[in-house]
Amino acid sequence: MTAAPLLEMAGISRRFPGVTALDSVNLRVGRGEVVALVGENGAGKSTLMKILGGVHQPDAGEIRLDGRPVKIHNVNDAIRLGIAFIHQELNVLDNLDVAANVFLGREPRKALGLIDRKKIHADTGPFLQRLGLAVSTRTRLDRLPLAHQQMVEIAKAMSLHARLLIMDEPTSSLTLSETNRLLELVCELSGQGVSVIYISHRLGEIDQCADRVLVLRDGRNVGELARGEATHDRLVSLMVGREIKNFYVRSDAPRTPGFFKVRNVRSSLFPDRTVSFDAVRGEILGFAGLIGAGRSEMAKALVGLEPSPAKEIVLDGKAIPIHTVREAIERGIYLVPENRRTEGLVVEMSVRENVSLPSLKRFARGGLIQRRRERDAALRQVEALQIKTPDVETRVLSLSGGTQQKVVLAKWLAMRPRVMILDEPTRGIDVGAKAEIYRIMRALAAQGAAILMISSDMEEILNVSDRVVVMHEGQITGLLERADCNEQNVMQLAVGRKIAAAKPPFET
Amino acid sequence: MKKELGIFILLVVLCAVTTLENARFLSPENLINMANIIGMFGIFGIGAGLVIVTSGIDLSVGSLIALIGILLIMALTEWHWPWPLAALFVLGVAMVLGWVHGFLITRFHMQPFIVTLCGLLLYRGLARFIAQDTTIGFGDLPGFGTLRSLASGRWLGVPMPFVLLIIVSIIMWFVLHRSVYGRYLLAVGRNEEAARFSGINTRRVIASSYVLAGLLTGISGILLAFYTNSVTPSTHGTFYELYGIAAAVLGGCSLRGGEGSILGILIGTALLQVLQNLVNLLGIPSSLNFAVMGAVVLVGVLADQIFKQRAASRTKSR
Repeated sequence: MTAAPLLEMAGISRRFPGVTALDSVNLRVGRGEVVALVGENGAGKSTLMKILGGVHQPDAGEIRLDGRPVKIHNVNDAIRLGIAFIHQELNVLDNLDVAANVFLGREPRKALGLIDRKKIHADTGPFLQRLGLAVSTRTRLDRLPLAHQQMVEIAKAMSLHARLLIMDEPTSSLTLSETNRLLELVCELSGQGVSVIYISHRLGEIDQCADRVLVLRDGRNVGELARGEATHDRLVSLMVGREIKNFYVRSDAPRTPGFFKVRNVRSSLFPDRTVSFDAVRGEILGFAGLIGAGRSEMAKALVGLEPSPAKEIVLDGKAIPIHTVREAIERGIYLVPENRRTEGLVVEMSVRENVSLPSLKRFARGGLIQRRRERDAALRQVEALQIKTPDVETRVLSLSGGTQQKVVLAKWLAMRPRVMILDEPTRGIDVGAKAEIYRIMRALAAQGAAILMISSDMEEILNVSDRVVVMHEGQITGLLERADCNEQNVMQLAVGRKIAAAKPPFET
Repeated sequence: MKKELGIFILLVVLCAVTTLENARFLSPENLINMANIIGMFGIFGIGAGLVIVTSGIDLSVGSLIALIGILLIMALTEWHWPWPLAALFVLGVAMVLGWVHGFLITRFHMQPFIVTLCGLLLYRGLARFIAQDTTIGFGDLPGFGTLRSLASGRWLGVPMPFVLLIIVSIIMWFVLHRSVYGRYLLAVGRNEEAARFSGINTRRVIASSYVLAGLLTGISGILLAFYTNSVTPSTHGTFYELYGIAAAVLGGCSLRGGEGSILGILIGTALLQVLQNLVNLLGIPSSLNFAVMGAVVLVGVLADQIFKQRAASRTKSR
């Protein structure tokens, strides 16, 4: 048979006004091979993939499939050639059932143009089986967890006879076990001869599933590592082009136990369960658990975004009532929410307007905003956090994910947090920006705040937290001290098992 | 600023064309008459705009104006209340009804369109019932001359409604563009969730916009009642909500919320009234009145949209 790999992209260049997004990039994917594509945001990964999807045309270079040169002008060309995309944001219609999604846009018709429902359900079944997805083809997508919705998208790709699957940060919204299942699936697919290009910021996953890792930086190939060679340090230094020292910072900042006591928080998701724990001043307390364990809801109930009438909060020895988020904010208890674009920021507004939003009254006299003071405060934050924005008047919309996250942090840092709850603080953020966010969190803890960090990224939980609280179905299953923090322990607790190393999350 | 410039140019062009075709456009009587009408429509237009900024909508304006007119005339001529009390009473009614809209929308998550549509039906019906479906007027009873001259008099030759509009506009300009409250309105309109996470009492902010809209509609309602001098409850103020919405949208308010400009609303209101005037002065059959207005609003918003898309594709060429 032919020795040509399934896909070869050779010398691909693409310029945009003012930037060279890709500079003769090469990418080769063999049949059944899993190639991880990594690089910081802006390294050119998505441009390269958009060229494969026909969204952009290369200025130079050649794409060969099975050794034959091809031109991809649009998405339909890509589909015809057997290239399918699984995007970070799911592309499903959650008001339709599984089969309708799989056959969306190419529904078999009966007489009168009606959809042949029997056929689409019959044809969808085998694909679900192949992926090991045990749901009915008649289930509406909004009844399914995100991970299953994603599987439906993969099933759709399979039904299109995809030979090359491009997965762009597929695990960013998945729980640990779902992530593992997806990684298994990637291996299975590759065993079935499907090739995968896997894009992720999570280096642990890449280690698990990729045969080869291709690193891009500033639109160029900067290295290629085979499985086994791709250590965390080597990848990071290739991606950022320098050694990042102290990626995870620890500190010996003074700790005050019993600084922040939380009792009986109840969230809407698990109304018959309560959460109680203590946090220490100066620490980063990690909150691990599967997605859906109720961590985000607990955080919202804690700060008064959800009603939780019976809860008791003690901060620095003083009991404080929190019925509304305003009350939490007045006490210096802030929540940096999970979705920065929908909850953390008003993306159409400027950096200045976003930074000042929670503290606007401080810049006002007689109800009127004093623009200069507001602007100065925003400028100070931009400088302090080294927020990469052309100007404080720039709309947040146009900033990168990592920069946006820093703007969210800036909103609260100006107001001297005493307790800062960060929900998935580095989701979808590149390695360089991650390191900065960790540094900011550490500095904040050192200044005498308690940091609660909810994270579904195991690496982050294990390396950033001083102690880890693990939640399962709305309850805390245990607290792990630094020495006992390892993946096994966290996973055991996350699925609700009891282990000896686990301690109670508060002193009675 | 750019946005207002576009529609301002359109306004100037329309004025120029009308003047060239019929010089009476610039006659003092015509200008004064137009200023008078722009004043009355502009005040409730600003209210409509504020609600639109929060990504809501108020369809009850016209019916509320009828109800206000009826209640005002009843209070002054039938119940013989002193005019300050009568005026406060109708403004209070307008604000309370606005608050009810806001309450239903924020507390029960009802859609603004539905709530205020029901308001439109309800207040029209109430107005007709209270007045027993007959036209009632102020007549020439003494006792409220002050209110009459406040509502329909002149100040230095300028009609009072226009003077009031300028005052209201200046105040509301500061409120929307310079105050903490205004920033909250814009933030809530853009992204209610993010505003809530930032500690803003989004329910109160949204509800208050309906109260403000009620107040401004109430003021317009008083002015309009004195302008027509008698109120026919079945037709008084019909379609006025649409004038308000059209003016706000022409002036740069987005129905998606979070965007709006007081200056834009003013120019939008003026544009609509100039259009009506143009229809009269150019001898276009007055039956085409609405058609002309619809066409111009459509073209104006379309041009703006195309312009915006161009700008977006230019900045986002990556």
